[in-house]
Amino acid sequence: MSHKRLSWRYYRRPVFCTHKAFQMSDTLIFERAQRFLSALRHCQVLGLQVCSADPQGLTMRLPYSSDIVGNPQTGVIHGGAITTLMDTTCGIATVCVLPDFEICPTLDLRVDYMHPAEPHKDVFGFAECYRVTPTIIFTRGYAYQDDPAHPIAHVVGTFMRLGSGAVKSGPGALAKGAGQ
Amino acid sequence: MSDFDLAANVTHAHESNDYGALISLFPYAKLLGIEGLPLGDEVVFRLPANKDNIGNPVLPALHGGVIAGFMEHSAMLHLLMIMGTTHFPKIIDFSIDYLRAGHYRDTYAQCQVWRQGKRVANVAITAWQTNRAEPIATARAHFKVDEA
Repeated sequence: MSHKRLSWRYYRRPVFCTHKAFQMSDTLIFERAQRFLSALRHCQVLGLQVCSADPQGLTMRLPYSSDIVGNPQTGVIHGGAITTLMDTTCGIATVCVLPDFEICPTLDLRVDYMHPAEPHKDVFGFAECYRVTPTIIFTRGYAYQDDPAHPIAHVVGTFMRLGSGAVKSGPGALAKGAGQ
Repeated sequence: MSDFDLAANVTHAHESNDYGALISLFPYAKLLGIEGLPLGDEVVFRLPANKDNIGNPVLPALHGGVIAGFMEHSAMLHLLMIMGTTHFPKIIDFSIDYLRAGHYRDTYAQCQVWRQGKRVANVAITAWQTNRAEPIATARAHFKVDEA
């Protein structure tokens, strides 16, 4: 039995937000992720964008804005904006592994801050689902600015599956049709 | 904003029981619409219902990240108020458990400092809407509170 420590090799290197990244991503997953995101009003307020999405995970971008500054002395953005980025990235990453759209409310989320974000720079979030059971999805990810190997924050989040049956009556119905 | 302004605003908030000026120093707190409600020697934080804070549009429900950001900022303000320090508490880690959907209505948060060391503080935060005994989320956070 192996007891090797989890290393960065276990994480897929995320693709940066470029036109090329769009072409490389799985179109169906990417479109589902975008539709999901477009239904979330607060994410529109923050200007979140899907950069890439495929079966291995999802990358999103949080643009820098003076509206989300948490420390006016330094211009560093608030941890809450990073939490929102990562809650959204982990939540939408569920579409990377589920065959149909399902509602997956967050059970819990933990964010560990490695160092403060640099002001006036966008933040990227990557998340992947590393375990999917019939009732629960375990996700993990990280937020970074220039280099994914030097994250601003590490994140783990657990999501509950309500099943695709909940989509018809639940919020997924709108998320599903929101982009149309 | 200088350290001096922060200290002056904390003092002013203490003396006047008005947290508006202190909270308005933080753009993210203004974006969410966070308010501080004095309650004797304590303070309860309020996040008024705001369409821009909605995540799930059908229920409708607040975005989980908004609830987390509100609770994290409440903890930071709470530390500023009770520590009487001029330094910014810096977040080390933050963990939240979502217990119920946060509906489109006013949300409240109250904080409890379980341990205040020289360097690090541990804060628990509870958020509720209709009834404090039925929290929508609980969270805990560590903050670095020394100058370094």
